[in-house]
Amino acid sequence: MNLQQAKFEYLLRLGDSSLIIGHRLSEWCGHGPILEEDIALINIALDFVGNATSLLGYAAQVEGKGRTEDDLAYLRGEREYRNLLLTEQPNGDYAATIARQFLYDTYTFFLYEELKSSKDETIAAIAVKSHKEITYHLRHTTQWMLRLGDGTEESHQRLQTALNELWMFTSELFDMDEVDGLLINEGIAADLDKVKAAWEKRVNEVITEATLQVPVTNIKQKGSREGKHSEHLGFLLAEMQYIPRSYPGSKW
Amino acid sequence: MNTSTYTKEQLFSLLSEIPDPEIPVINIIELGILRDVQWDGSLCTVIITPTYSGCPAMKVIEDDIRIKLNEIGISNVKIDLVYSPAWTTDWISDIAKEKLRAYGIAPPDHSTIDKAVLMGKARELKCPQCGSKNTEMISQFGSTACKALYRCLDCKEPFDYFKCL
Ligand SMILES: [Zn+2]
Repeated sequence: MNLQQAKFEYLLRLGDSSLIIGHRLSEWCGHGPILEEDIALINIALDFVGNATSLLGYAAQVEGKGRTEDDLAYLRGEREYRNLLLTEQPNGDYAATIARQFLYDTYTFFLYEELKSSKDETIAAIAVKSHKEITYHLRHTTQWMLRLGDGTEESHQRLQTALNELWMFTSELFDMDEVDGLLINEGIAADLDKVKAAWEKRVNEVITEATLQVPVTNIKQKGSREGKHSEHLGFLLAEMQYIPRSYPGSKW
Repeated sequence: MNTSTYTKEQLFSLLSEIPDPEIPVINIIELGILRDVQWDGSLCTVIITPTYSGCPAMKVIEDDIRIKLNEIGISNVKIDLVYSPAWTTDWISDIAKEKLRAYGIAPPDHSTIDKAVLMGKARELKCPQCGSKNTEMISQFGSTACKALYRCLDCKEPFDYFKCL
């Protein structure tokens, strides 16, 4: 694997995760528990999709085969997607959405903090921009973690259940392979061991403050790097890609 | 029309007629979206930067720029979207902030995003309608990505706050 291939792969991982979690959140549009939350989630979804547009646009440029960010988003199948398994998990109830977002926002908060000093100028510029937005996302989900965790018996129970069910997808966030190794050497990618330490500390603090238990599991679900996804991604892509695949090249 | 007669200043002045699609009282220069215009005699390159990554107004702004330049005979237009340096609310001019206030949107009152944002503390804001500081945040996310929703506890009016970024 050469540097260009590694960079393309890395950008797909970042961009696909943003796109898929952004699409997931957009499913709340019109279904939020209260109007303010509906608006908040859709704003956050837009940030993610915007971030994906930048990253996949750059991925297409690095690849140099004339594809665009739209080609990458709409014309790749499930096995070509590199998003983290956590990001494709269904919305469930509001506690499940908040738990997923909190685990992921905390991750991107520290990940993009690292990427701000990437030696790749485009990645660094995207990271600086995104990190400001992520700060607002994390604030939002942290507040809801505390509100639901330290809320009623039912909200506490639902959030604990959501955390327990999602926990097996968290170890994958910090997996590193040849792609990471190559790019870390070049000062382009983030060292996920560093991100992991910061993530664990912050996640444990918030979970404890929310009067919840940090889940324990030996199950480590992984596979997104090889395009092996949970059963949920295919359905998501079917909906997201329907129009561009049925009407190729159609414009607004 | 011989387009080479336009100076950079003239092009800036022309493009200053383009309002932000969602906040029409301020233009794209006052908002800090338009970064530069380069004109080499045949190709006009316009450099813009998004406020938020997913700001849906960017496409509209791109179209508006093309239309505006077309009106004076410049049809060969390239629009570059740049992310660095990242847009910040610091670039909103004082005049524009006053326009925002008059329009009913509380302008950003801090230079950069503060770390307190993580701790969930909302800042004290003046109501753009009556000036009262007796206000509270309803939601961190308002009608567009760049705004938060507040309400005034004195005049009872809800209002948008242009968040610091
Ligand atoms: Zn008032």
